[in-house]
Amino acid sequence: MAEAIGRRVLITGIANELAGMLARRLEERDDVEYVVGVDVREPHHDLTRTEFVRADIRNPLVTKVITAAAVDTIVHMSTVSAPDSAGGRARMKEQNVIGAMQLFAAAQKSDTVRRLVLKSTTAVYGSDYSDPALFREEDTPRVPPTSGFAKDATEIEGYARAFGRRRGDVDLTILRFANFLGGRMESAMGAFFALPVVPSVLGYDPRLQFCHEEDAVDVLGRVVLGSHPGIYNVAGPGILYLSQCVRIAGRVPAPIPLPLVSAVAALVKRSRRVDFSPEQLRFLQFGRVGDIQRLREDLDFEPRYSARAAFEDFIARRRISGIVDRDEVVRWERELYDFIQRKGQERFIAARRST
Amino acid sequence: MASTDARVISMDEQRAARAAQGGRPRCAATTSEGRPCRNYAVADGYCRIHADEVADPEEAPPARPPARPSGGIDLFEGLRDVLGDDWLDLVKDVAAFARRRLTGDYEVDEFGFDADFTTNVMMPLLRPLHRYYWRVSNSGTEHLPTGGGLVVANHAGTLPADAVMTRLDIFEATGRHARELGADLVFRSPFIGHLGRKTGATLAAGDDADRLLEAGELVAVWPEGFKGVGKHWRDRYKLQRFGRGGFVATALRAQVPIVPTAIVGSEEIYPLVYDVRVLARLLGFPYFPIVAQMFAAPVLGPLSLLPLPTKWHIEYGEPIDTTEYGPEAADDPMAVFDLTDRVRDTIQQMLYRNLMGRRSVFF
Repeated sequence: MAEAIGRRVLITGIANELAGMLARRLEERDDVEYVVGVDVREPHHDLTRTEFVRADIRNPLVTKVITAAAVDTIVHMSTVSAPDSAGGRARMKEQNVIGAMQLFAAAQKSDTVRRLVLKSTTAVYGSDYSDPALFREEDTPRVPPTSGFAKDATEIEGYARAFGRRRGDVDLTILRFANFLGGRMESAMGAFFALPVVPSVLGYDPRLQFCHEEDAVDVLGRVVLGSHPGIYNVAGPGILYLSQCVRIAGRVPAPIPLPLVSAVAALVKRSRRVDFSPEQLRFLQFGRVGDIQRLREDLDFEPRYSARAAFEDFIARRRISGIVDRDEVVRWERELYDFIQRKGQERFIAARRST
Repeated sequence: MASTDARVISMDEQRAARAAQGGRPRCAATTSEGRPCRNYAVADGYCRIHADEVADPEEAPPARPPARPSGGIDLFEGLRDVLGDDWLDLVKDVAAFARRRLTGDYEVDEFGFDADFTTNVMMPLLRPLHRYYWRVSNSGTEHLPTGGGLVVANHAGTLPADAVMTRLDIFEATGRHARELGADLVFRSPFIGHLGRKTGATLAAGDDADRLLEAGELVAVWPEGFKGVGKHWRDRYKLQRFGRGGFVATALRAQVPIVPTAIVGSEEIYPLVYDVRVLARLLGFPYFPIVAQMFAAPVLGPLSLLPLPTKWHIEYGEPIDTTEYGPEAADDPMAVFDLTDRVRDTIQQMLYRNLMGRRSVFF
């Protein structure tokens, strides 16, 4: 019934940049009748018809919103990835896990909800040396994440799937995004590459996969508006090594011996610029790559940004300037060519004269 | 054209000639442009070029840019002497490589294989070992498939030099990068793990191998694993158990040929005479080798850690067709065991044949 009139969408964590971009995308659509955003922080986006409800998702108010507005689609993207923004790890866990549980409970109660989209992360695969080169959606982590954001995400996915089993009539879509990069979004990787030197673990060079924010919004838009139940890895094609990223950005790597890594991580953490959980440290050792075949075939989505394109766009838009300038290096090379050419010509002329 | 008149003058001759002239008389000939030749005279009042021309114009060696007539050390000539005739391309290649590495402008596949680095750094570094140290010869390279295929070989020698050399040998013969399947210990280790990934190795687990074979890659596997690398000297060229036949199941699933490969010479580079099990367990190594050359340490010092310069031969055997078994045989343990045994027997026979045929360990 609700379908016939137009979609009525609830977005949690609307203050996030990505959620704001999704809301704007949905506002442009005629077949979306109503968008409501829930968050504890006020969003700063340019939103026109999106209604904003200031509430924690653990608040019973959310249930009321779902019922009163006859929401048919819930997009859950309020999972917090850094303890600092939530006010400590304990509160972060509370917000993430308990919040998701209560949201899913409210969704289960509702008889208007037809679709639930969960923004998850490839971090649920963990990161280990015995990992397969590419993780398929059905693969289980070799070493399940034991702490921080990745553990929360794993638990939230567990509750989401339990919800999906109980409400077989609801399309449950879980999107496992790789590390976000882009001009507007704040992301863990973005903050990492903005550090004065880029820390790495000595002797390890992780393979990284990125998801550009524009691709992320496109995929979210597609699953919100269509019907695509299932789990999908979302990332741009291709990978970059951390060392390669550092070079593309022209930055200086700071390899830290493994035994000292925890100490350095604690120091960096204190500076409040980047969060280093044990999970992320493992990630810096072994990296992680998800297989995007299902995204391409089942979702028929071809990302516009490859890992390299996403990273280069991020560098350009964030104006991250390197110590080693790419143009400079290209100029050096050209100068060397020119020098050889010039010398060659001089020699040729000299030789002509002499014969 | 003036350039076609050019003659080869080696630097030494030129220098010697220059030293010989005190008053430096000029050549008496006229150039093709009608001007007097400005070269110094060498003999009979002519410069070297015109002296030759006068004497015998037919016996001209092929044209080449002439040596610089002025004195001093010529950087260009020097580089040419050291690097060979195509030194200019070489300098450009090196500069382009340096630029790519500095700016991160190279492609890496999803497994982490960095073809740019492997081809331009690893292979050139290993080539002297292949060519001069172990003098690797091969036979049966025509058996290497052009599409997907699984190369299966014996493994020994305390350090997995055989794997590295086989990689290089296949690359030299076919220009293809064989992708190795490695044990998880490799990927756990710092430096080695990522060097492995960058040179195209990946974990010897079903998924990765399936993917590579599906993509039509040539995959190389050493199913003896650590049992092979760490085998005792007395067990040299005696194949150990071939894992659990996982590699055969993989080849069956992908329906690619299996190329049995025998490497002779590699099993004698580090004769392992004793395995210190206690130390190995303590350090978490699969074995802790005492190799024969260590006993020469009092005399040779650190040189005693070098592998022995044995003479190697790699034979690529006739491919075993897996299509006759069909992909469903991958789920039939009996068929997998049978085929595993067949591959193992084939390699063992190839080893014996090659061992009989060789003159000595070192030549």
